[in-house]
Formats: sequence, C-alpha cells, structure tokens
Amino acid sequence: MTVTELLSYEAALAEYDPVMGLEVHVELGTKTKMFCGCSTELGQDANAQTCPTCLGLPGALPVVNAVGVESAIKIGLALNCEIAEWCRFARKNYFYPDMPKNFQTSQYDEPIAFDGYLDVQLEDGEVFRVEIERAHMEEDTGKSTHIGGATGRIHGASHSLLDYNRAGIPLIEIVTKPIQGAGERAPEVAKAYVAELRELIRALGVSEARMDKGQMRCDVNLSLMRKDAAEFGTRSETKNVNSLRSVERAARFEIQRHAAILEAGGKVVQETRHFHEDDGTTTAGRIKDNAEDYRYFPEPDLVPVAPAREWVEELRKGLPELPRVRRNRLREEWGVSEVEMQAILNAGAVDAIVATTEAGADAASARKWWMGELARNANEKGVSLEELPITPADVARVSALVASGDLNDKLARQVIEGVLAGEGTPDQVVEKRGLKVVSDDGALGAAVDEAIAGNAAVADKIRGGKVAAVGALVGAVMKATRGQADAAKVKDLILEKLGVSEG
Amino acid sequence: MPGITREEVAHLARLARLELADEELDHFAGQLDDIIGAVARVSEVADQDVPPTSHPLPLTNVMRADEVRPSLTPEQALSGAPAQEQQRFKVPQILGED
Amino acid sequence: MTDNSTIIKLTAAEIAAKIASGELTAVQVTEAHLARIEAVDEKVHAFLHVDREGALAQARAVDEKRARGEKLGPLAGVPLALKDIFTTMGVPTTVGSKMLEGWIPPYDATLVKRLKAADVVILGKTNMDEFAMGSSTENSAYGPTGNPWDLTRIPGGSGGGSSAALAAYEAPLAIGTDTGGSIRQPAAVTGTVGVKPTYGAVSRYGMVAFSSSLDQGGPCARTVLDAALLHEAIAGHDPLDSTSIDAPVPPVVEAARNGSVAGMRVGIVKQFRGEGYQAGVVQRFDESVELLKSLGAEVVELDCPSFDLALSAYYIVAPSECSSNLARFDGLRYGLRSGDDGTRSAEDVTALTREAGFGPEVKRRIILGTYALSSGYYDAWFGSAQKVRTLITREFEKAFEQVDVIVSPTTPTTAFPIGERADDPMAMYLADLCTIPTNLAGNAAMSLPCGLAPEDGLPVGLQIIAPALKDDRLYKVGAAVEAAFVEKWGHPLLEEAPSL
Ligand SMILES: [Mg+2]
Ligand SMILES: [Zn+2]
Repeated sequence: MTVTELLSYEAALAEYDPVMGLEVHVELGTKTKMFCGCSTELGQDANAQTCPTCLGLPGALPVVNAVGVESAIKIGLALNCEIAEWCRFARKNYFYPDMPKNFQTSQYDEPIAFDGYLDVQLEDGEVFRVEIERAHMEEDTGKSTHIGGATGRIHGASHSLLDYNRAGIPLIEIVTKPIQGAGERAPEVAKAYVAELRELIRALGVSEARMDKGQMRCDVNLSLMRKDAAEFGTRSETKNVNSLRSVERAARFEIQRHAAILEAGGKVVQETRHFHEDDGTTTAGRIKDNAEDYRYFPEPDLVPVAPAREWVEELRKGLPELPRVRRNRLREEWGVSEVEMQAILNAGAVDAIVATTEAGADAASARKWWMGELARNANEKGVSLEELPITPADVARVSALVASGDLNDKLARQVIEGVLAGEGTPDQVVEKRGLKVVSDDGALGAAVDEAIAGNAAVADKIRGGKVAAVGALVGAVMKATRGQADAAKVKDLILEKLGVSEG
Repeated sequence: MPGITREEVAHLARLARLELADEELDHFAGQLDDIIGAVARVSEVADQDVPPTSHPLPLTNVMRADEVRPSLTPEQALSGAPAQEQQRFKVPQILGED
Repeated sequence: MTDNSTIIKLTAAEIAAKIASGELTAVQVTEAHLARIEAVDEKVHAFLHVDREGALAQARAVDEKRARGEKLGPLAGVPLALKDIFTTMGVPTTVGSKMLEGWIPPYDATLVKRLKAADVVILGKTNMDEFAMGSSTENSAYGPTGNPWDLTRIPGGSGGGSSAALAAYEAPLAIGTDTGGSIRQPAAVTGTVGVKPTYGAVSRYGMVAFSSSLDQGGPCARTVLDAALLHEAIAGHDPLDSTSIDAPVPPVVEAARNGSVAGMRVGIVKQFRGEGYQAGVVQRFDESVELLKSLGAEVVELDCPSFDLALSAYYIVAPSECSSNLARFDGLRYGLRSGDDGTRSAEDVTALTREAGFGPEVKRRIILGTYALSSGYYDAWFGSAQKVRTLITREFEKAFEQVDVIVSPTTPTTAFPIGERADDPMAMYLADLCTIPTNLAGNAAMSLPCGLAPEDGLPVGLQIIAPALKDDRLYKVGAAVEAAFVEKWGHPLLEEAPSL
C-alpha cells in the first residue's frame, strides 16, 4: 500500500479554502418498496422479498408508493425547499449486477424538492447555513456478496452472489449546493450537517436513519481553491462514508491530500475515492472520465407526480418542530450548557429524556439516569438507548421513588438493574428484591446500637471528638441493612446516641 | 446532421454491452448511418417552440397505498437463474471499484 | 355432431353460443383446433409453443362449469392464440428471442389473468419478430412464419404468428401487440381484423416491453364482432400498470353489433398516399372510401403535414426506449448466459450474452437508441422526436374536430416475399408508414380487409382511426364496412385464401 502524501491541516488551510458537496442517501422507512408491494423488513431470507417488478423480470412494471412521495415532500419542506408542482421519474442507464433492470429509476432534472437550506449548529453554538440543491426520489440496489477473495472484497473474488431484497427500497437523495466559507471548520460543518439531517429525518418519522444499518449513507465531494482563485478546483468524490465521525475524518483527510498534491504542483484527479474506517484514509476508485453516459430520459412506465398544493400545505402544517429549534428550547428548559447538550445529542438521549420528563420526572434526574447508568449499559451491550428494555415511564417511576425518599441512589440503581434484567416494572423489582429505604427509627436504632457495640474503639474516638470517624459506623449500619438505610439519618442517629454534635 | 462513424458505433456498442464482431460492426455502421440519415428529418422541429410529449396519456399522480403484497417465493425468484448458490443469484466476478 | 373442419371456421361468437347452448363442448372445440394446428402448423409455423395440456384442462373446466349450471362468460371455451410476448406462468415465454429460450415465467401477465378469468382457452404462444421489432416475423430467432395466403410471403409483423394462426384457422381469436403497427399490419396482409386500442386501455403488466410509451396489446380476430368481444375481455384498468386508463371500457361490443356510418364524417389524410403505395392497395382503398360514401358517410379531406415526420420520430423514440428496456437481459438472473467459463467477469459475460442472444435487428435498434439518448445528442434526437409527437397529437386533435374517424390504407403494400427486405431496414420500416402516427399520439385504430389487390391477389387492409378513448367508433364503422363488403363479395374475404 502506498502512503498518501498529506500536508498538515494548518498549512493546507493557510493556502486553500475547501469547497464541499455532500450527497446523502436516506432509505425511507416505508412498509413496501418504492415501486412494488414487496416488504422492506430487514433480516429476511435472501430473495424472499422480491417480485417480478423489483427483480426486473420481463414484462413487470413499477407503481409509485404514495408514502414514498409523501416522505420526500416532508423532507423537502423540512429542508426549506420548493416542492415541484410537476415532476417526473427518469431512468439512469448503466449496467451493474446489483441493479436488476440495469437502469435505476430516479429523478434527474425534475427533482421533487429543490432550492432549500438547513441551518446546522456547531458544537460551540455557531450556526452555519448549508444550502440544499435538491432532494429527489430513487430506488436502492440489491446486495452482492463476493466469494472466493481473501477478504470478502470484490477484488480477487471468483464470483458473487446477489440478494435483491434491498433492490427497490425507496431512497431520498439529498444534495447540497457547494458549501463554501467554512474554512478550517469544513470537516466539522460536514459532520454537523449530516448529524442535523439525521435528526431531522428521524423527527419527521420517515426513516430511522441509522447510519450503522446503512439507512443513511453519505458521499463527501471535496475540492480546494487557492484563496485568491476564482474557480473551484477539481473535486474528489469519497463514497459511502457511513458514520458521523467518518464524515469529519474523510473531509479532513481529503483537504490534506488535495493540498499536498497542489502544493507539489500536481493536479487532483477527478475520481471516486473509498474511505477506510480503520485508518481514516481514502484510496482511489474509478476515474470519472467522460465514458460515463447515463442516457437519462423520462421513465415511460410512470406518469408525472404533481403534488396538489393543498396536500403540500397540509404536510407543511404537520411538520414537527425542527430538531435544532427543539434542541435549543430544551437546552434552555433543562438549563444545560452547549457542551452538555451536545453530549446528550451524541448519546441519542434527547427523546428518552423528554419522554421521561413527560412521564413526570424532573429534567435533571431524567438526564442523570439516561446519560449515566443507562448510557453505560447501552454502550456495554452495543445497542441504542431505545433498544434497552426499559421505558421512559419506568425511569420516571424510579425517579419518583427517589424523590419521595422510598429509594436512595444506590437502591435506585439496583431497581434499574432489575428492570433491565427483565424482572418487571420498578415497583415489581422493589417488591421482589425487597428494596426500600429503612428510615423507621426503631429498626435503625437497633442496627445503630449493634454497630456501636461492635466497634467500641471507633465509638470512643468519636466521643473523643473525632467526628470524621463516624463514616466507619455508618458503613457498618449500611452493610447490616444491605444498603437500605437512609445514610444521612443513620449518621444523625449515631451522633445523637454518642452524644456528639457535628462541628 | 452528421452521420455516424464506425468508431462511434463501437463506442455505443460498449455502452450497450454488446460484444460486436468486427464484420458486424462494419455492417451495422453502414446501416445505422443510412437510418440516421433517414430519420434526421426530426431535427426540422428542433428549434420550434413545442413542448415535448414523452407519453401519450395526460395522467398524473398514479400511486399505490403503502401496503405489502405477496412476494414471489425465493424458489420462484430464482427459477430462471442461470446459476444460483445459497438462495442467491450466482454471477461471474464483478469488476470492482476497490 | 359438428365436424372439425366446420368447427375451425366458426367465429368466436358462434363457438361461444354453441358451447353455451350445449351444441358443442369446449373440449371438442379445443381438440378441433389442436388437430388443425397439428395438421398445418408445420407449414405455417404460427406457434412457438402449443400448450395442449393446459388448453384441454381449461376447456374441461369450462365444460364442468356449464355442467354445474354456472353462467359462462361471452367467450367461454373459445380458443385463442397468444403472442409470445405475454408472460404465462409455467408456460415458456420467449418473445421470439434466443435470449429467453426456455424461460418459464413465475407470473401471469394481467392480460393472461383476464383471459383465464373469462374462460378463454389459450392454445399456445405465437411466433413474432424478436422483441416485437419488425414487420415480417422474419426476425424471430425461431424461424419465419408463412402467410397462409402464400406461404412464401410474410404474414406481417411483429405479430405474424397471431395473424397467420387466424388466417390458417388454427384459432378464431388471437392477441397481438402494436408498437408501430404490429397488430394492424399483420391483420392487413393476412385478411384478418386487428385493433390497436387507445394507449392505456389494455394493461401492459406482463407484456415484455419494447417501447413503453408506444406498446399496446390488442385483439386479433377474423370478424369485427369477435375482435370487440375479445377487446372487452382484455381491456380495463389495472392497478399494476401506472399507465393504465382508469375509466370504463368504451361500449365496443354494442358498437360492433350496431355497425353504421350513416351521418358520420370520415377523414382521409393527404399524407397517407403517394410514392411507395402499391397501385392495387390505393385502388381498394379508394373503393372503400366510395363504399363509405354509399353507406351515408360524409368524406372530408385532411392535411396533416407532421405525419410525414412520424416514421422518423418513431425510429428514434422506439429504439431509445428499447435500448433501456432491453438492458435487463444481461445473463445474470434469467434467460441465456453465454461465455461464462469461470474466468470472465460479469461485465464480459453480459456483453457476450447480449451478443449471442440478440438478433441483428434488436442490436441495430439498441445501438440506435443508445445513440439517440447519449449526451450531446439527446436534444437533437430524442427531444425533437418528442416534439414531433406533440405536433402529430395536435394534428389528430384538429382533425377529430372535423371528422369522427379517419381512414387510410393500413400498409402501403400487400405481403412481400420472405427475404425481400430482410437486410434492408429502411425498406422494412416503410411497412408501418400509415400505422405509426397513431402509436405516437396514443389513439385507437383498426385494420380490416377491404379486398384483394388485383395485381397479386393478396389482401389489402383498410385502417380506421378514432380519437383516444373512442375505440367504439372503430367497431361501429368497422362492422358497417365489413357487412357491406361481405355482402358485396358474397362471403368473408378469407374464404378466398387457398386451402393449406
Ligand atoms: Mg442517486
Ligand atoms: Zn418487489
């Protein structure tokens, strides 16, 4: 493997301004494919979700999924786009084994949504406006598995196996206008844009937009222009950059790589690049010469889509609060810093916290549980917070039990552990495990007496004024009560019995 | 409008994934040049301000509800496959991009 | 007891009536036609595949249905020859191409489902020009079909198998598809009736696509009424075809039963005659116009200058769409795979498969279409052709403000000898001169026999063109013309065909 020459990031930015174009493909969460009634459910047997249409059998024809169109319009509206009064599908003709018809049914010069923008907020709160060129509807391809190569990669494989379950799943392709003026923050803007878009898509309820499941995929186009130049440089197109972190790294790597080439007096080649998650580098793919000729023409098997204005306005009215606006509102309501809010966002905890407060908990405790105990647990299991077997209502109940003094922190953690272990609701876990703060004086008094009697030397020290030593006796009581005692109360009781007052 | 050369025909055949034999290429190049010459008359209207008709019907918004319909069984889907393996279509090695 | 030679000459309407009354059984009718196919199809070669078992099973089901006292549909038990372009579940579908040799579709076309639901008995699949590209059926990968009037001549194309099956009395009904004339031109040269319905009237789901915006399935028969009965059985909205018309089927059967042209205005278009038209064809056409007048029609002369550009526009639009529609034949999922020696790439195997699987006419059109759509040429070629479509549509609209129907010869010449135009694409393309404008505009048209050309004794077709959605006018006029001619000739034209 050849080592790619890189220029230091600072040096690159001193000479050049990066220009980015981001193309994001979002797989919609419709029940059926874009042009046929096959299910889109994941994880089914190979080729079990195919029909004449999505297999491209001779004679089969497409019919547009109405929810696919509706989702596209919602996305377009949320991105502040114009919605076409009349638009068509087109055929993008090229041969590839994962594409059954050897053309992709897509949109070409008549996208359903165009000319919009998305305001994205960087971690320090600065807002950057990313202009949207278009959002259009198209279909996904099938999946190939390469057999016989050393690494399961295409290179060196003896043959490939094709599963067309994914072929025809609706995609929305969202393309930005060239993003200029971000300077050194370009990689950060790229990441923030994709993150914001993901939140937006989820808020619209049109897709889960899970990048790890390929439901959202990003291509990063990047070029550099010398600070005094009037025209864009030659761009590279880094394909399938599939995590937020990777988007940032890919942009950064390409800035440094382009700069190194330009500084050495070289020419950037217009080509596709592949991003490598392991080391954050990109390597060359196909060179984009002019041999590529997609021969687009209007899809004759489909009729135009002309969304009625009333329908568009109805959809506009139904749009949820934009994630950025909502986030800022919540940040203020919760009284947290930008940095904390970012952490909550990164953990994917916003909705869970909101739901928990809606179930009656105060924001601080909701945040504490979701960002603490539960985030840790999800992390260990490698699942998302929503996938944990605990509901916001459960968390709210735990929080209520703490507030009422029925549980202390330590017990509350045990309750949560029980719920996650499938032992039932918080109340059921409290019941089954016998977890209750012991605050009744009689019961505690006996435990305190026992502790004093069993630790006479410590008790003497306390009587002699070493109040700090009380911790050891509190510990003994807590141990005896299996942590169910109210620690503050225990401390007061011991001091009282020993006739010592604090401070 | 200019005619079509043998090289252009070869390029088009590649785009269309047709492995034409040399004689075939020569033969087609001549015929296609004739045909293109004959149909070039359409360019008479190129400058006219006329909207294009891509479709004879004035229909719009034909859509279906997002409801699952039965798929083929995998056996049916694969019934015509020239080769299969692991319930998938087996195809020769794909010239990859990586 | 009716004997086989009588059964095969019955019309579909007569057969259906005799089965309904119990005079004939569906099995008897089916066996008579299967025997006829056995006897003559070696010479005619109308069929690529005869589904003897399937046909008899369907016929038995009809007879059982009748025995149970269930009501039978208007075509129950009537045999039909199906163009091999419609997918038939469990029955081979080749589209006349090596590319799909042996392919057995896992699904039925909507049209096939409708035929089955109507208890029509599908005898088998008929020969055609490969992927419906041609006007002679010589482009079939499985050899040409002979014209029953003269087996050394072409039966028209692409649906030559269907027209020949009708003319050879192998079936009383057949299905064709018409992209540039492939129902009407074969009907014309075999002395039978063929209708291209309004675009969108008959579902295209399961009809292997040649040119999506032009293709239209339709009925073929020996009489206007039979065509109408079949039209009614196959037409209607299909939610699986986005380009299907969601409106009631025009009253075609009623129109066919009440033929009349009295008080109608009939247009004749200046552009549909002149150089290239055979004298005998023009003569029979002129006689037809006189006949229409004598039946009470008013004849109006029309000028449609854009029609002169129709052929050119067609040979851009159809190849363009076909270049894309036929891309799916890549040797990977179904059909032929060629050159897979374990070392070649998928890309190379696809190119070798397409080279081996497609015949010359298909390759020519794919290359032509690839050219017309390629960057830098799109506007001049595809874009202009689409403008021509608009102009032709407007001229039809204007014409139909003045007339109820337009008439013309269906095709400029009678059936030409097999081989005569085989390697002269431009000469071949001229066969569709009069039929193409209708495909480009999407309206409806019929061809029916109007006599034999004096110079060669071969059938001449009269074309009737109606506005979109007014398919019933074809049948109203067609039935009147047919009745007048049969009265004049003393018998249907087909009876003058030599016996096979
Ligand atoms: Mg795309
Ligand atoms: Zn499907």
